[in-house]
Amino acid sequence: MPSMLLISVIIIATCGLVYELIAGTAASYLLGDSVTQFSTVIGSYLFAMGIGSWLTKYIHRNLLGYFIRVEILVGAVGGCSAIVLFMLFEHVTSFRLVLYFIVGVIGVLVGIEIPLLLRILRDRFEFRDLVSRVLAFDYLGALFASVLFPLVLVPYLGLVKSSFMFGMLNVGVAIWLLYAVKEHVHALHVHKAVAIVTLIALTFGFIYSEKLMTIAENGIYSNVIFAESTPYQRIVITKTQKDLRLFLNGNLQFSSVDEYRYHEALVHPSMAALKDPKDILIIGGGDGLALREILKYPSVDHVTMVDLDPAMTLLFSKNELLTSLNNDSLLSPKLTIINKDAFVWLRDVSRQDKHPVFDAVFVDVPDPSNYSIGKMYSTTFFGQLKSVITDHSIVTVQSTSPLIARKTFWCVNNTMESVGFKTYPFHVYVPSFGEWGFVMASLGNYDMPDHFVDGLKFLNPESAKLMFSFPPDMSKVQTKIQRLDDQALVRYFDQEWGEYLVY
Amino acid sequence: MKVSRRSFLGMGAALATALGFGRFLPAAAEQPAVTGKILGASAKIGHQLRGGTFPAISSTIQKDVVIVGGGIAGLGAGYRLKKAGHTNFALLELEHQAGGNASSGRNATSAYPWGAHYVPLLTDESRAPKKLFEELGIIKGHDDKGLPIYDEYFLCSDPHERLFIEGRWQDGMVPNLGLTEDDKRQYSAFFALTDSFKNKRGRDGKKIFAIPVDKSSQDPDWLKYDTLSMKDWMDAQGYTSKPLRWYVDYCCRDDYGSSFDQTSAWAGMHYFAARTGTAANAAPGGLVTWPEGNGFLAHRLMEPIKDNIIPSTLAFRVKQDGARVNVDYLDQKTSEAKRISAKSVIVATPQFIAARLLDDKAIPANDFSYAPWVVANVTLSKLPAGKGVDLAWDNMIYDSKLLGYVVATHQNTEMVPLRTVLTYYWPLNHAEPKAARAEALARSYEDWRDIFLKELYAVHPEVEGHVENLDVWIWGHAMVRPTPGFIWGAARRKAMAQKPPIFRAHSDLSGISIFEEAYTRGVDAAERTLKYHKIPYETEL
Ligand SMILES: Cc1cc2nc3c(=O)[nH]c(=O)nc-3n(C[C@H](O)[C@H](O)[C@H](O)COP(=O)(O)OP(=O)(O)OC[C@H]3O[C@@H](n4cnc5c(N)ncnc54)[C@H](O)[C@@H]3O)c2cc1C
Repeated sequence: MPSMLLISVIIIATCGLVYELIAGTAASYLLGDSVTQFSTVIGSYLFAMGIGSWLTKYIHRNLLGYFIRVEILVGAVGGCSAIVLFMLFEHVTSFRLVLYFIVGVIGVLVGIEIPLLLRILRDRFEFRDLVSRVLAFDYLGALFASVLFPLVLVPYLGLVKSSFMFGMLNVGVAIWLLYAVKEHVHALHVHKAVAIVTLIALTFGFIYSEKLMTIAENGIYSNVIFAESTPYQRIVITKTQKDLRLFLNGNLQFSSVDEYRYHEALVHPSMAALKDPKDILIIGGGDGLALREILKYPSVDHVTMVDLDPAMTLLFSKNELLTSLNNDSLLSPKLTIINKDAFVWLRDVSRQDKHPVFDAVFVDVPDPSNYSIGKMYSTTFFGQLKSVITDHSIVTVQSTSPLIARKTFWCVNNTMESVGFKTYPFHVYVPSFGEWGFVMASLGNYDMPDHFVDGLKFLNPESAKLMFSFPPDMSKVQTKIQRLDDQALVRYFDQEWGEYLVY
Repeated sequence: MKVSRRSFLGMGAALATALGFGRFLPAAAEQPAVTGKILGASAKIGHQLRGGTFPAISSTIQKDVVIVGGGIAGLGAGYRLKKAGHTNFALLELEHQAGGNASSGRNATSAYPWGAHYVPLLTDESRAPKKLFEELGIIKGHDDKGLPIYDEYFLCSDPHERLFIEGRWQDGMVPNLGLTEDDKRQYSAFFALTDSFKNKRGRDGKKIFAIPVDKSSQDPDWLKYDTLSMKDWMDAQGYTSKPLRWYVDYCCRDDYGSSFDQTSAWAGMHYFAARTGTAANAAPGGLVTWPEGNGFLAHRLMEPIKDNIIPSTLAFRVKQDGARVNVDYLDQKTSEAKRISAKSVIVATPQFIAARLLDDKAIPANDFSYAPWVVANVTLSKLPAGKGVDLAWDNMIYDSKLLGYVVATHQNTEMVPLRTVLTYYWPLNHAEPKAARAEALARSYEDWRDIFLKELYAVHPEVEGHVENLDVWIWGHAMVRPTPGFIWGAARRKAMAQKPPIFRAHSDLSGISIFEEAYTRGVDAAERTLKYHKIPYETEL
């Protein structure tokens, strides 16, 4: 028995350090700034351990019983710590409070373990021997954990599974003691039952950690009122008070509070400049918000919307919250929705002898964050677009943030120029996104309109003029050209947004 | 559209995979059965050539020219004759469809290659292929500097290559994980050296490594490397870096079907130094490809001559008869033996078959050795993913017997393709060709399927349950191997000798099996035929 207890020292020492590392890693992932996170987590953890050790002086009798209860508790709290942290992130106002509370609780409990164990074993070893052995095993466990964590646990199990697994180990120690030790433990059966239930719960957590993670992810969008995974993307809509937000694959598409700025800027600079625009093409834009703006022009006869995902266009033509936002634009008799891949559709259409020609084109597709979407910003795509427009038509392309991703933005501009467009880039401030950019382009000349349709909240001739001026920190830069065989744009995007997001 | 300021999720997803959260997948309830079969160059029929007896000739027709073999060389010859207005010819092809090593297949998901799958940007010396590319619109024109402008739909889309190493996908095919300082030094030395070969010319003023091969310099200082193996050369140069040696060996297996100790150093260096093609709209080192691989080119060559092609025919004898040549063949549909009497013949089959057809002891056959290959096409209802960089066109696997796979749908411009076909390539160079060939032909479909599925799942557990079909093609004699001494040796020189009215055309004659060689040989044989028939033409060579 004594030697087994010593082995359990290694286990609990490993567990203890693993929880600390998990908390530190999770905090760095969620909050960034890993140096700060790790030092504060380690600091508070050690401090809490001190409190735990100090508390043991108040334990007088029934040492083994206390030890077992501590093991079950550490297992439960430590085991669930990672998933709880992930789940509560963004749900609670002060995530740090939760973080340090959990770290504190685990620290206190782990702090109790060793002093208690020393006292339990006091009579079985000579004191000199005892201290040297227990502490040696304790440090050995720590070494084991610190090697195991980066090399095995994080790469192969991930944080959530690892924490459940070590929780199971802690509880396992408790169960083993309950069965192996002949000494009297008060309310033995209750202890056994609690320990086994905890073990089962942790095992479930371990097995279903995937599902739990999905729930945790959903939690990150504050109030999800709609979520659907289509073959093409994950659509999530959240609502808090007045703010309705659409996320596609986790990326914010609009916030109802300020989307008017984005959509007015996308649509009106071109539409107002055109003389009686009749045929309009929207690529993407399945939320119907750009369309809402387009339909403000009575001259428009027909709008073709090519959006890949039928689930999007259906959702935004049915759901009342959403249709009140887009004014039922998707139900307009002037609209034809084509749920096809835009590039494939465009190529097919332009090959037909008699194909439509558009006065205005709006390309409102996701940022070029990967090689698949990057194709829609390529010379080939823009070249193809030229075959469905006239010399007077105007094309407007949403082009990410010229402030955060300056090269990316200008790469879109330069790519369009390289296939023969004259470009008229502009930018607008949208609070939920930041500074946002568009590239407007035409085969002919563009003259700024001197008036806009009534009822706009943001655009007027003065505010429009400001959009076309780029201060030095976003002014034009030379870039490579985005080609299908060499997607410079995707690499710019990756680099620039990557640097911005890693803080 | 935009990344939200606190876009934890965008990172979260990447992070989750990085941390391995994506590992636990509930076991797929019921796995749908994977269908498939073995296809392959009609080995059995072909073997009839070896000592088989054939029925008596039941009919004879007359033609000006017969082309035996409808690979790129044979098709290229037919295409060239047709262009010159010389249309009274027949092309005999063993398989039910021409194409040879550039064959392809098609299903509801995509077209896909069974063999050759790309052509690098053409070199200046590849004159005939360049002319063809212009005619087919693959080269759409030239810029003011005279650089060819390639059709952008055919240039290999980004990302081109990725390598699976240490459990994750890295960008590019040169291993870049965990390199020591010495590895890095050897890398830069190696690439600097092979790059310097690109502009080097021999004493006769020709490029030391050219495509087509026979336009290379005959400077003995360079030809001598042909007698060494690539491995010996690397040893001699002090290239000891393990990842570098893996990479060079991979390239030899990829292009020649033979490991670097089985490959001539001249051929090995040729791989690195001969691809000097440029384009106005692609980076050096670029290439063109299609969902069906070079099947695209085979089909375009076939189109204008489809009425001349007689498929499912096994030529078994080519014999001179006075001033004419008799070509005897087995019509596989009727099992009848027939004869075409022609003024001249182009034999566009591999060397070992040519030797039997012509029954000419003077034709060296034994010095030509062939690597067996196995190719599998796997139809998936889900795109493979994996940790690291995105799915590329060519996806290679470090330290594997298999080369990896090419993605047939890669050239599609679709934003979110939901299905695809992967083409796995496997040169069977683990044993001597004869033994490897016998082993491959003996293996059942089920065994092959399981081998490939195991390889697939080891790298892509996420596609388990999404494999719909897996077909296997066994290439018993896939391509000639440029073993040390072969390219500039006597056997190849002898085999190249043309003996009118019988002409030879096949990539075997080059010792390096690539499109440019095969096509150039085809055009060359066709032009010799035109000359023999006294038909005026302007050479494309
Ligand atoms: C797996 C694989 C991958 C490859 N990948 C590439 C690549 O990516 N790029 C590249 O450039 N090259 C590649 N190659 C090389 C390819 O061999 C050449 O590019 C080219 O297709 C060879 O053409 P060929 O006409 O010389 O020979 P073959 O393709 O061998 O043509 C010979 C033809 O003759 C027919 N034939 C044989 N015997 C008879 C007979 N008795 N009667 C009638 N017909 C007969 C055959 O059926 C065949 O169609 C690859 C080859 C293989 C096997």
